[in-house]
Amino acid sequence: MSLLRSAFVIARRDFTATIFSRAFFFFLLGPLFPVLMMVIFGSIGGAAVSEIERPVVAVVASDADFQALAEARRRLDEAVDPPAMITLRHVPPEPDSAAQRARLLAAQSPPVIAVLEGGIDRPRATGALLPDGTTVRQLRFLIEDARRAQTAPPIAEANVLLTRTQRSPGLLAPARAMTARMGQMVLFLLSLLLSGMLLSQLIDEKANKIIEVLAAAVPIDAIFLGKLSAMLAMSLLGLAVWTSLGAAAIAVMTGQSLSALPSPAVGWPAFLTLAVVYFMMSYLLLGSVFLGIGGQASTAREVQTLSMPVTMAQVVVFAIAASAVGAPNSARALAAVVFPLSSPFVMIARAAELPQIWPHLLAIAWQSLWVALILHFASRVFRRIVLKSGPSRPFWRRAAKA
Amino acid sequence: MLRMAQHEPMTEDPAVEAVDLVKDFGETRALDGISLAVPAGSIYGLLGPNGAGKTTALRVMLGIIDPSSGTRRVLGREQPLDAAWEVGYLPEERGLYSGMTAREAIAFMGALRGLALKEGRRRADELLAAHGLGEWARKPIRNLSKGMAQTVQLLGTIVHRPRLLVLDEPFAGLDAINQARLEELIRGRARDGVTVIFSTHVIAHAERLCERIAIIAGGKIAFEGAVDEARDRLRPIVRLRTRSAEGPWRSAIPANARRERGEWVFELPPGGPEPLLKALIDGGAGIETLAIERPGLHDAFVAIAGDAAAAAMGDLGEPG
Repeated sequence: MSLLRSAFVIARRDFTATIFSRAFFFFLLGPLFPVLMMVIFGSIGGAAVSEIERPVVAVVASDADFQALAEARRRLDEAVDPPAMITLRHVPPEPDSAAQRARLLAAQSPPVIAVLEGGIDRPRATGALLPDGTTVRQLRFLIEDARRAQTAPPIAEANVLLTRTQRSPGLLAPARAMTARMGQMVLFLLSLLLSGMLLSQLIDEKANKIIEVLAAAVPIDAIFLGKLSAMLAMSLLGLAVWTSLGAAAIAVMTGQSLSALPSPAVGWPAFLTLAVVYFMMSYLLLGSVFLGIGGQASTAREVQTLSMPVTMAQVVVFAIAASAVGAPNSARALAAVVFPLSSPFVMIARAAELPQIWPHLLAIAWQSLWVALILHFASRVFRRIVLKSGPSRPFWRRAAKA
Repeated sequence: MLRMAQHEPMTEDPAVEAVDLVKDFGETRALDGISLAVPAGSIYGLLGPNGAGKTTALRVMLGIIDPSSGTRRVLGREQPLDAAWEVGYLPEERGLYSGMTAREAIAFMGALRGLALKEGRRRADELLAAHGLGEWARKPIRNLSKGMAQTVQLLGTIVHRPRLLVLDEPFAGLDAINQARLEELIRGRARDGVTVIFSTHVIAHAERLCERIAIIAGGKIAFEGAVDEARDRLRPIVRLRTRSAEGPWRSAIPANARRERGEWVFELPPGGPEPLLKALIDGGAGIETLAIERPGLHDAFVAIAGDAAAAAMGDLGEPG
């Protein structure tokens, strides 16, 4: 019998045994608590706006003019350090100013909210700005301060000639960052919810001595894969129920559908598809680790003892992933993508912030490889430690004895 | 990771072969160079006191655990799990999912060995009815008595009609009636050509059922061969009752002859019965009764495995 078929037999048993149990009802109620946490954490996370998420204004100006503006910004930053202060990015002027402006406004990394031209003498801003919005007002203030530093008083009031566009990437960035955070938070809370269940997955088999029957019939890899698949199927079922109820609740309470929310960079259909895929990948990655760790426990008490360090480890992984929001191409974000356990969390955030699809295909392949590796390693450890299989002495000691 | 079932023709003999199996648990050597061959279609007993290494030997041979060194083949396969769909295994520590119904538990065990779930349920109903548990088919295992649950597990072991049946201490915990039923089931399977291997510390079961045995003591094979071969290692036993207590005839019986309930008990001397009879008659023994008995498997076990192992078997043994 193939490994996949063996895994299917195990998964089918676990799945039916779980969903037809009374405990499954409580499982479906489980997200009520995380939703409350999400509301709390969401508000805290929203306050922690990073430097990279501040609106970026591309300043097409001479070095002298930009230095004057940058100095003015520094002085203001030292005085108040407001979290939503604009960030200035110097861009040397090009001959075709119209083409340069269009290119800058279309840029995704960093996403630009407006382009400032004309130096500090004749400033012109182009972007999706309100004439009396905070960005325009900050620009006016900086220009006046820059002029004040260059000339003796009295100084002229700064009039920024504004050309409004429909939308600019910089305007979407904070909304997308919020979507990224929400995506990460949902993935994190779901994996937190399920990890305890995974830790105790083999307790039943060990307590009832069924593990011997299973191990004699199918490879341990198949047992692990089957258990993981059953839990995944169960959680996807739960997810479908929760999502349907959540969407209905939003529609009833706000009268709006999902499409009314700020669109993630890859668009809602792709984002939701990737969210499900990354949920599966994060579940499989963390699940295979937890299953391996939980497999070493023999009693519910041991599982409880293991729960604390496992939960803390999850929080660390989440923190790594959360730090990458707003800077999807930074070295920190790329390192978090390469580290398999944080990879799905970072990639879902990336899907909210950047439109390219190919990195997701690459990441999914990379994560799948790690699922197989971790699962195989966990089953080997289980065979070695729990079933006491294989050579018990290191090979060098056996060789020395021989 | 993909492990496909192999369907090439099986070698007929032996069904299970182990060569120099060694298994260490830390510093403890549980198996110390076990070699045996179980002929296809035979009933094979693994005898030894508790802790001798019987269960470890079975687990290694079935691929549940890997040996520290040595090789094994099951139904011609180097990897025992490749033959899993043709093997039935009843572990010493019985276990079932307590929430499953009896028929689902049997069908699940069949499914683990490649039997379709629907067919497994059909066969489960048949088997449960045939073993007097028809009305319990749809009851959860937790509602069954220990004996019933044990029977359900045994039926789960045979539901996929394996060619090799491995039973670890199958008689443990069964009452006399169920022990007799199990013996009959084992004989029935063997008549159908199934190879049956079972471990036991009760010699009487092995004596009644087995064609071949292996005696394990201290992780080593002390004997491996036919039951008759084991018995033939001992000389026949003479039980003699005489009218005369003393006389020249006493020189005809061995010096180590012992008295048991008014009888002399000793091994038949190498010359055989005729010289013994002549010496007794000529020596004026006045023979009341004289019986020459073939030694039982228990005596053979004592001679092979030693008194300590025999004592352990005796302490733990059940009346056969």
